[in-house]
Amino acid sequence: MAQTKAAARPPTPAVPVEYRTIDRISGPLLFVREVANAAYGEIVEIALPDGTRRQGQVLDSRKGLAIVQVFGPTMGMNVTTTSVKFLGEVAQLPVSDAMLGRVFNGLGEPRDGGPRIVSDQRLEIVGNAMNPYSREEPSEFIQTGLSNIDVMNTLVRGQKLPIFSGAGLPHNQLAAQIVRQAKLRNSSESFAVVFAAMGITSEEANFFLKEFESTGALERTVVFLNLSSDPSMERVITPRMALTTAEFLAYERDMHILVVMTDMTNYCEALREIASAREEVPGRRGYPGYLYTDLATLYERAGKIHGRKGSITQLPILTMPADDITHPIPDLTGYITEGQIVASRDLQRRGVYPPIDVLTSLSRLMNQGIGKGRTREDHRGVADQLYASYATGKDQRALSAIVGEDSLSAVDRIYLKIAERFENEFVNQRPDEDRSIDDSLAIAWDILSELPESELKRLKPEFIAKYKTKPAA
Amino acid sequence: MGVIARVSGPVVIAEGLTGAKMFDVVRVGDLGLVGEIIRLVGDTATVQVYEDTTGVRPGDPVETTGQALSVELGPGLLQSIYDGVQRPLEVLQKNLGDFITRGFVAPPLNETKKWEFTPVAKVGASVTPGTILGTVQETPLILHKIMVPPGVSGTLDELKAGTFTIRENIGSIRTSTGKQPLTLTHKWVVRVPRPVQQKLAPGIPLITGQRVIDTFFPVAKGGTACIPGPFGSGKTVTQQQLAKWADSDIVVYVGCGERGNEMTEVLATFPNLQDPKSKRPLMERTILIANTSNMPVAAREASVYTGITIAEYYRDMGYDVALMADSTSRWAEAMREISGRLEEMPGEEGYPAYLGRRVAEFYERAGRVVTISPENRSGSITVVGAVSPPGGDFSEPVSQNTLRVTRVFWALDASLASRRHFPSINWLQSYSLYVNDLEAWYKANLAADFVQLRQKALETLQKESELQEIVQLVGVDALPEREKGILDIARMLREDYLQQSAYDDVDTYTSIGKQYRMLRAILTFGEREQDAILKGALVGDIQKLPVRQKLSRMKWIAEAGLTSEFDVIDSEMTSSLAALAGGA
Repeated sequence: MAQTKAAARPPTPAVPVEYRTIDRISGPLLFVREVANAAYGEIVEIALPDGTRRQGQVLDSRKGLAIVQVFGPTMGMNVTTTSVKFLGEVAQLPVSDAMLGRVFNGLGEPRDGGPRIVSDQRLEIVGNAMNPYSREEPSEFIQTGLSNIDVMNTLVRGQKLPIFSGAGLPHNQLAAQIVRQAKLRNSSESFAVVFAAMGITSEEANFFLKEFESTGALERTVVFLNLSSDPSMERVITPRMALTTAEFLAYERDMHILVVMTDMTNYCEALREIASAREEVPGRRGYPGYLYTDLATLYERAGKIHGRKGSITQLPILTMPADDITHPIPDLTGYITEGQIVASRDLQRRGVYPPIDVLTSLSRLMNQGIGKGRTREDHRGVADQLYASYATGKDQRALSAIVGEDSLSAVDRIYLKIAERFENEFVNQRPDEDRSIDDSLAIAWDILSELPESELKRLKPEFIAKYKTKPAA
Repeated sequence: MGVIARVSGPVVIAEGLTGAKMFDVVRVGDLGLVGEIIRLVGDTATVQVYEDTTGVRPGDPVETTGQALSVELGPGLLQSIYDGVQRPLEVLQKNLGDFITRGFVAPPLNETKKWEFTPVAKVGASVTPGTILGTVQETPLILHKIMVPPGVSGTLDELKAGTFTIRENIGSIRTSTGKQPLTLTHKWVVRVPRPVQQKLAPGIPLITGQRVIDTFFPVAKGGTACIPGPFGSGKTVTQQQLAKWADSDIVVYVGCGERGNEMTEVLATFPNLQDPKSKRPLMERTILIANTSNMPVAAREASVYTGITIAEYYRDMGYDVALMADSTSRWAEAMREISGRLEEMPGEEGYPAYLGRRVAEFYERAGRVVTISPENRSGSITVVGAVSPPGGDFSEPVSQNTLRVTRVFWALDASLASRRHFPSINWLQSYSLYVNDLEAWYKANLAADFVQLRQKALETLQKESELQEIVQLVGVDALPEREKGILDIARMLREDYLQQSAYDDVDTYTSIGKQYRMLRAILTFGEREQDAILKGALVGDIQKLPVRQKLSRMKWIAEAGLTSEFDVIDSEMTSSLAALAGGA
């Protein structure tokens, strides 16, 4: 019964059919008429009159009409002689070990002059959702060597922790330092890196490539580069290429992968461009209503799976337009990722590196990664106490600007001092300084020891007795 | 059988579906993806598909099942973890591996497990909807009552005892239209509320063990509460704390567009957590619905309905059920996404015009009710919905529509969260409209002065915020000692009472009795402090009293030795303050 019905409808062509029936070209979209049955998400090849070929993808398919999004410019295309070939498959990426050490463009084609990747294994780049039941709870502490992250916003294997930055802030330097220093405690095993660049300048790209090269990490790195000058439509594909590669390396080759994606803002803008070309009903600030869903299909590809050795940790970078954390891009990202590292212009002006604002930063998976047996028993209490004390110190700083430091009480003046020391000694460190978690906690205790014991409400008495540094005589 | 005419993301238009009804479930394409009809024009149906539609083509077949989206209700629901359309994730993993591929249909309940059925009803008796036919011990914690399904009544013809699978016949009812066979399960359409006899007024608090909630902003059993808050303000932790500690019989936790790793945390921690009363694993009374943010958007839309229908089923047995939905904003956004694909005229911020109606309909399914049953059983569903307002702006449509229908508002505050004041529920903005309804309960079951103490504490905190404005201008030293004393007590309330760590073994749960003692201790200290100040003592000296440290460590006093420890604190407090006042 089912078979006769199947035979009744137009067969899926074995040989890809070419159409020369473009009706309309609008922005990055082609409207192709008389197409019998293009699949949603099907990949097409477009042949231009001058012989160049570009790729595209079906965004909307109905009887007699397919709307195709072109990866690349539509310049030079016409409605009469440009042909569109439907390839009968969805976007796939050939994967193999040979990808390590290579540089690709945003569509996965070699950019470094090397050969194409040939492999029997081709993976669909739109990954399936991981079954929550199969996920393993991320709990392995990653030491980044940065006190502010390790103690206050701990990163764990399998987490997705974005850096929210602004124009002119040193997020690239910060990301590079994390990539360079990240390791498990008491282990020299390093991460392999999958790097996805979307719309960044060649200067920024070169910075990262040079960084990977100088640390000898390039042979453990796969790079997908889409520069500012490259077609913006490719950006929609680039992170999916990178994550598909990461999944292959993590789950089939047992590697621990750190995925750096920069700049997510450019990715979202490319999505907005497509949405507006399709004349969709816009959501906030013109971004499409499905921006959250779309971002989730990227970020949720981080994690660990029961019974598999590898892991995917994500470090996406995005620049907040006008430093506005309520802008849809950081806002929706924050609702999906497990926390955020927020760069602060204020700290940058004070000359603090890395300028991470600890009060707005957060790591949601921190609790699983810290404590006895992982970092140290007092870690949670120290972090909470530092948070609370620094927040109070900052309030006192604001207050003293109005009423003068002299009108503060003695305890409040201690808090003021703690805020200063926290920024200058704890947060501040050299771009090549790799602190162990014990070093970081020692600095923290040294600062907290300024406070009388009655103020240390977040710390259990036994830890105070054990770790508090005695005031210098 | 129809054919697809158009595919655009999760929305598919199918032609030739003669006889299809609104909200019928259909199977789409060669893979048989599950979808639901949401618009009909002639024999052309618009279908929202619960699975990814990549690769689906115009011309592919569409078949209607003739049934609306429903859940299967029966023993085996507890301890299950479902996706948004009641597919058990464990079964999906066994069959599909670690990634969820498409077109797979799994029975929601274990079809082979044998349940021991103990009949209660007598053969020959006349039965009506809600009559308890018998019971099944579903988990050591919960006795599952097998009821006559809604809409069925007649004479009980036959009822067997013994062990049965959910597919086996356990008896039959002779109705006016014929013989109705019985099994341990029945189905219910998720978008239709299960009927009740009567809604009751709320009068019993849902004790959650969270001090700021139980003492200051309580929710009644059968009540509705809303937790809006920007990301990172502790919504999820608060929801999970409620799921862990609330004294309801059953917990339904709907992770709607949640993070995968957070869902995993729930999956990993719940089986290891103990119910504070019975010391059994909490999972034995819990049902989890996990539709993570990267799972298909239409199933996310359905997940809250799946959750509340299951909750209603246990309510009908006479249980108190708590349903946590995290987050309803993701549900609303799923509606918006589907509405956008349908090219409907948008209302506020692109949300469909029916957003407010849908939100209200959902919360109206909460309540303490007399169920349809011969013995007028009562049961309740408490609904706690998290809202994720973009940028923390409560004026957005989802927050506003939710606030209009919920009676408790726990305002999460990002600035409290950023100074690690958890739970970061703002005590000045939050409210509970149940306090009056619950007053009688507190008087009868806790202490006569509890409501006054609560009021006093709130006034102190209110006074503090007024004084803080003056302090901002002139500094704290300019205040008279009496007012410094108020600031001192307010600070104790904030730090030693309102702050509560979810991660500390003792502090994570405070019984209502201990809450009363803690609150009374702090406020009594405040009164004595004011007395001492009148007699010339200084706040600076009072703060140095050793008993202060005891007060700030009250939260770590174990429930077991509670009374004696608090008595010690009370007497030490009185004597040391009296000494200070006398010495001045």
